[in-house]
Amino acid sequence: MSLLEIENLSLTIGETQILKDMELSVAPGEVMGLVGESGSGKSMTALTVMQLLPYAARATGRVSFDGIDILAASEDQMCALRGDDIGMVFQEPMTALNPVKTIGEQVAEGIRWHTKTTRAAAEERARKMLDRVGLPEAKFPLSRYPHELSGGQRQRVVIAIACALKPKLLIADEPTTALDVVLQAQILDLLLDLVAESRMGLLLISHDLAVVTEMADRITILRRGEVMEAGDTARTLSEQLHPYTRQLAQASMHVPARARPHDTSQGKPLLQVEGVTRDYPGRRASLFRRAPTIRAVDDVSLSMAPGQSVALVGRSGCGKSTLARMILALDKPSAGTIRFRGETVTGKGEAELKPARRDMQVVFQDPYGSFDPRQKVEKLVAEPLHVLDKKPTRAERREMVAHALHEVGLDQRDMDKYPHEFSGGQRQRLSIARAIITRPKLVVADEPVSALDVSIRAQILDLFAELNQKLGIAYLFITHDLTVARAITDEVLVMHDGKIVERGKTNEVLDHPQSEAARALVTAAPDLHRAIAKRMQEQG
Amino acid sequence: MTLHIDIPEETFSSILAKAFRNTAFVTGFVITLLILAMAVVSYIWTPYDVTKLVISDKTQGPSLAHWFGTDHFGRDILSMIMVGARNSIAVALVAVGIGMGIGVPLGAFAAARGGLVDEALMRINDLVFAFPALLSAIMITAIFGPGAVNAIIAIGIFNIPVFARVARAGALAIWPREFILAARAAGKSSTQISIEHVLPNIATLLLVQGTIQFALGILAEAGLSYLGLGAQPPMPSWGRMLFDAQTRMVVAPWMAIFPGMAIVITVLGLNLLGDGIADILDPKSRRQR
Repeated sequence: MSLLEIENLSLTIGETQILKDMELSVAPGEVMGLVGESGSGKSMTALTVMQLLPYAARATGRVSFDGIDILAASEDQMCALRGDDIGMVFQEPMTALNPVKTIGEQVAEGIRWHTKTTRAAAEERARKMLDRVGLPEAKFPLSRYPHELSGGQRQRVVIAIACALKPKLLIADEPTTALDVVLQAQILDLLLDLVAESRMGLLLISHDLAVVTEMADRITILRRGEVMEAGDTARTLSEQLHPYTRQLAQASMHVPARARPHDTSQGKPLLQVEGVTRDYPGRRASLFRRAPTIRAVDDVSLSMAPGQSVALVGRSGCGKSTLARMILALDKPSAGTIRFRGETVTGKGEAELKPARRDMQVVFQDPYGSFDPRQKVEKLVAEPLHVLDKKPTRAERREMVAHALHEVGLDQRDMDKYPHEFSGGQRQRLSIARAIITRPKLVVADEPVSALDVSIRAQILDLFAELNQKLGIAYLFITHDLTVARAITDEVLVMHDGKIVERGKTNEVLDHPQSEAARALVTAAPDLHRAIAKRMQEQG
Repeated sequence: MTLHIDIPEETFSSILAKAFRNTAFVTGFVITLLILAMAVVSYIWTPYDVTKLVISDKTQGPSLAHWFGTDHFGRDILSMIMVGARNSIAVALVAVGIGMGIGVPLGAFAAARGGLVDEALMRINDLVFAFPALLSAIMITAIFGPGAVNAIIAIGIFNIPVFARVARAGALAIWPREFILAARAAGKSSTQISIEHVLPNIATLLLVQGTIQFALGILAEAGLSYLGLGAQPPMPSWGRMLFDAQTRMVVAPWMAIFPGMAIVITVLGLNLLGDGIADILDPKSRRQR
């Protein structure tokens, strides 16, 4: 008998149809993967099961959990279920915990509420649960506050809260999307262990096909609120009968077609970073004492040739973004020099930097945050033009913006729109248009595709590759996603604790990593091919 | 490669057309216009002469002859409200103008520079803030002599720290955003970034604060006038009228009700206007309407 059964579920919010005839079931001890792109209704499915839908939502159909009709259940009944029989893990560990309460209080809260035990008994159970999720007493007493923990540790606390009462069903909505690959692998392992231990059903929601393939027994593929295909994970993904399944699988393994890499052996290097170090002063511990300084980047040297595409990979917090900011002269190194086109950029004033700025642009990770919401596309894309020696006239400016938009595959009419009128993928195209409008020699891209859906991601990677060929732009890709590095770069630098620990040709490093840090990244990175192969093997 | 571009641009008239579909804006606009019209008309014509005391008509209730009644000197309340509008609005508007004009750049500058400059500026700010505003206004008018102009300056000075704080707090929330980083990477100076990116994003905040300060300005002017430090008699002002009515609340409630209503309606009108403008300026709400 199934633990959770969803039949003919349709959901509308206002006038918009979110889900249409949705079918899904989870058996005890089973991992069900729910895959879809953003806006496909994955999270809304989870919220329907929890009855935490927004006010204007109307759900019809049948949702039964353990014999209880969820859609007809009263709020009191749902309160008894939530946190007790159904647990939920959210995506963002930074915001899912209350910052003013200790982790002990937060784990014990649900236990006390549902079992009506004493505080001491609840705290004892909370302690056991935290031990179980890998936060031992010696280092993580109950009195810790969320801000004292890292992202991965916080997600462990969230899991402890969700699993504290041994729920029959755990819903994990993108539980690892905000974490780097190594932490992702650890958290996924933990979830699998918990499922095996207590025969819990797990509904794993993710946009990442590789993650779901590694985890799930069965898989449901959702598109625009409709189930496209559902069934056994290995069979569904190896046969790829449904065109949409095939499309998703291909997009997540997409490698842009790139002609030979540019001839990089000769000529002057475009960028030279020599012995760069960046220290941050420690927090003031008391009036007279500071905590020791934090060394974010430690004696890093690298060099890039014109037209070359280089990946800088590493776990979160390894200093790769700090290094990028220093290269872009947005942050000053504590020691060392950075030379761009043979000229030193470190320690120069903004006026002297103008010529360098012209040839050096940036694409940020968050397509939503990197545009001023109050300005039109024309002004936003034209922003870098202001470093030109000769200010273009208004007509010239519009012409240049139209040209840049055309190059990234957008319509020139888009220039009179505001950023919020574009989707995430389109905004990332706008970011790229802004970066190439001055015809730079170097573009630094900080996780440019990690916030995008797989199919959009494939398109953006294609665009990067195309512009590299056409305009000869050198890229420095900063990423924790090895598929991106593999897809688009010639060389890779692996960074760990502020140091570059390994460098070489992308394929060689990723296939035969030498350093420990690189090995950890490679083994933890989800890979669809490998995951399908493993699944097939298991089933014989 | 040439590309032909003919896209209807957002012109002044198209923004205006959008503005007049916004109910809050239209209501606020109409009210403000009426109050302003009343103040202007008072220069040419008022039902009665406000400088003339007619003791035989004192403290009369509303009637056909005196729509809003008369005060304890027999002056027509309606006429006094009309003339008083000039004073109250002028004082409050200019005071808010001074506060915004100096306070906002100061706050934006403090946020942009950060560090010691920020710290120093904000501490000076706190110092000004720490003085009871009315007391200091009394001090200023006591030194430079009473009168509408000095009252404006006094109230204006104490608006500066309010706007500086609001602007700084808003700007601090905008500065760490990624689009600021993008603008810096494009080589823009912090002054340019403040003007192009930070100010438009905190405009809503400032508009709302502005309408609040406007209401407080009218009240502050009322307080100063009451102490004889604002507009000098026989020039009427709304605040003065309210304070005059204070002791006669029970016998002649109309003396308090009508000037009070005038203040409430003006402030309401300006609030709606501020809200409406904020809505229209926000691109997100613009196309959905």
